[in-house]
Amino acid sequence: MSVNKVMSNKWMIAFYVLPALILVGILIFIPLGLSAYYGLMDWNGIGEMEFIGMENYINAVQDMKFWDSAFHSFLLAFFSTLSLIVYLAISMILASKIKGADLLRKIYLIPMLLSSVAIAQLWIKVFNPSNGILNKMLMGLGVENPPAWLANPDIVLYAIFIPILWQYAGFYILIYYAALKNIPESLIEAAKIDGATPLQIAYRIKLPLIAGVVKVTIVLAIVGSLKYFDLIYVMTGGGPNGASEVMASYMYKLAFSTNDFGYGSAIGFLLLVITLIVTVIVRKLTADKEELQY
Amino acid sequence: MKKKAVTLFLVITSFVLVLVGCSGGADEGSASQDGKTIEFMHLWPEGSSAQHHKIIEDIVADFESNNEGVNVEVEVLSNEQYKDKMKVLSTSNELPDVGMTWAAGYLEPYVEGNKFASLNDVLESGLQDSFVSGTTEAYAIEDTTYGLPLELNVAPIYYNESIFEENGLEVPQTYEEFKQVVATLEENGVDPIALGNKDRWTGSLWYMYMADRIGGPEALSEAINGSGSFEDPAFVEAAAKIQELTDMNAFNAGFNGLSDQEAKSMFMSGQAAMYMIGTWDLPNYTTNEDVPQEFRDSVGYFKFPTVNGQGDQSSFVGGPGVGLFVAENSDVKAEAKDFVSFFVEQWGERSVQDAGVIPATKVDAESMDLPQMYVDVLNDLNNASNITLFADVQMSPDAAEVHLNQIQALFGGEITPEEFAEAHQEAMTSEE
Repeated sequence: MSVNKVMSNKWMIAFYVLPALILVGILIFIPLGLSAYYGLMDWNGIGEMEFIGMENYINAVQDMKFWDSAFHSFLLAFFSTLSLIVYLAISMILASKIKGADLLRKIYLIPMLLSSVAIAQLWIKVFNPSNGILNKMLMGLGVENPPAWLANPDIVLYAIFIPILWQYAGFYILIYYAALKNIPESLIEAAKIDGATPLQIAYRIKLPLIAGVVKVTIVLAIVGSLKYFDLIYVMTGGGPNGASEVMASYMYKLAFSTNDFGYGSAIGFLLLVITLIVTVIVRKLTADKEELQY
Repeated sequence: MKKKAVTLFLVITSFVLVLVGCSGGADEGSASQDGKTIEFMHLWPEGSSAQHHKIIEDIVADFESNNEGVNVEVEVLSNEQYKDKMKVLSTSNELPDVGMTWAAGYLEPYVEGNKFASLNDVLESGLQDSFVSGTTEAYAIEDTTYGLPLELNVAPIYYNESIFEENGLEVPQTYEEFKQVVATLEENGVDPIALGNKDRWTGSLWYMYMADRIGGPEALSEAINGSGSFEDPAFVEAAAKIQELTDMNAFNAGFNGLSDQEAKSMFMSGQAAMYMIGTWDLPNYTTNEDVPQEFRDSVGYFKFPTVNGQGDQSSFVGGPGVGLFVAENSDVKAEAKDFVSFFVEQWGERSVQDAGVIPATKVDAESMDLPQMYVDVLNDLNNASNITLFADVQMSPDAAEVHLNQIQALFGGEITPEEFAEAHQEAMTSEE
């Protein structure tokens, strides 16, 4: 009872929210505002700033390299979203009381427990053109000139997508698995009595019931892909010659390698704007008229 | 009930741990209040540069015992992290009192932003004479020196003598002989050259040598500093020659996706016959106990060959590596300057003996017991007709970025030599 009393006081609510709000403000919103502001400057990050108005933003919009990197980011977003179907299928199988589901679930989760840098090192070794396990295997199968995965500008982007998708597989499988486990057994039983096939149960009953979770994961996958950085930075540094550059790595390169903090900040802010727009569009597209209830 | 007690216990312990963690940090700060503290940041972590790390520890300890009440606080980061941290610290005006910098292009924004102190007074107090001529100049802007160089490097081609012997090869003197060596190795299924071009400056070394031999050192320097042109036919030809080598499979497969570290391990495991790298790597082929003796004994080096009968073999690509700076806003500037001066003197001797690298200060090779390869390199260095500073160090950061990307594209066969030259010219002219 006393809890309800406290929570009816608006000031108390504000008081409890305040610490988190201050943290979010200081750590996220103020830096956001600052990077938008730095984007208006000609600044090498070291010396004096000089106000140049919208020049950085105009340059960025006309910068083909930026749009190339944006295209790569969107490709990643596309494949991440596509891969959700596979994860969903795997979760459905895991959730349907097969033998060893518990063990398999843990195996799928392992990549999530590794740090990005460790994953990058692992896959650098896998992709090594002459000593890597992948090419050794291909050569064993009789392929004469297996590709140099991280060196060929036509392949590198797709090669690097594999570990990125692999890295997050466990995360999505875990979410789907938890959601599927929440579906009351009685519903499935009822469907079975009505003569529904397993495929029908999956598609007509399970999927609609976890639609909310699926939508959230779609947004997570797209937003996560658009701002993706780690593996690209460690494995190729965006190379060769920009073939695997994504928006975040391009921003980093501008700010830290070419000493162009102003321009880098502008790109960073554009990255935020693009991600926001895409998020809104995705939410609109996946918006449902009616919420399904168990 | 029991569960609650356990949770409570955990919460309290973690709280105590946090508090202990905080107070530990506070202690460190207060210990220096009675004396002066010089913050010193360097980039030789114990793991990857054990010998360098040890020397620095010794020098710092000696300095502290020589100077009562002065405390040196050392922070170590690896190369890339170091560069990032420098940027972040300088934006908030919190550079360490003493740190490491690179020459020319890297140094410039810091000097323009008034972050580094002039070290002219340190040099004029007699230190200037102990440096090899030309080394401090790379850290000078308009007659003011902002860094004291520690290393001097050139990049020779190291080769595996036993692989050469097995294939009946001789050290090449000309580019034609060099191509013959490459072709023979390739035929016999050995990777001729280990190259890790993900790092890009590694490929740049090969191009620079080619350009130096065909176009001459002056033209190359002028092209790099913008007064000349990369569209000079000699440099286009140099780019074409690079592609000739890549077409011959002179470099290991997938070099554009491999780091220098990976290429090095190919060379050091005998998978590749040749490897070009700066003389900072000498210890791996001479004194480093972690490398098998057998391998160290089988490594030799040669100078980049002449091309089309042109070029001077004693012209090198190289230059000073890192140097020490003193921060302009340091509150212990006098002590910091004493420290860098002491550091440079000590470094000169110890780096030769303990680390086997070549310092920027003059070395008295005769009074020391040094590996033969070290002595040979030192002689070559002393007789060098020219040392062209690494292009990516010399160029402004923007132009360097273009250069390095173009290098990857050139080696990868994505562009023609003409396009390579054009892109450079465009980047250089847009600078002005």
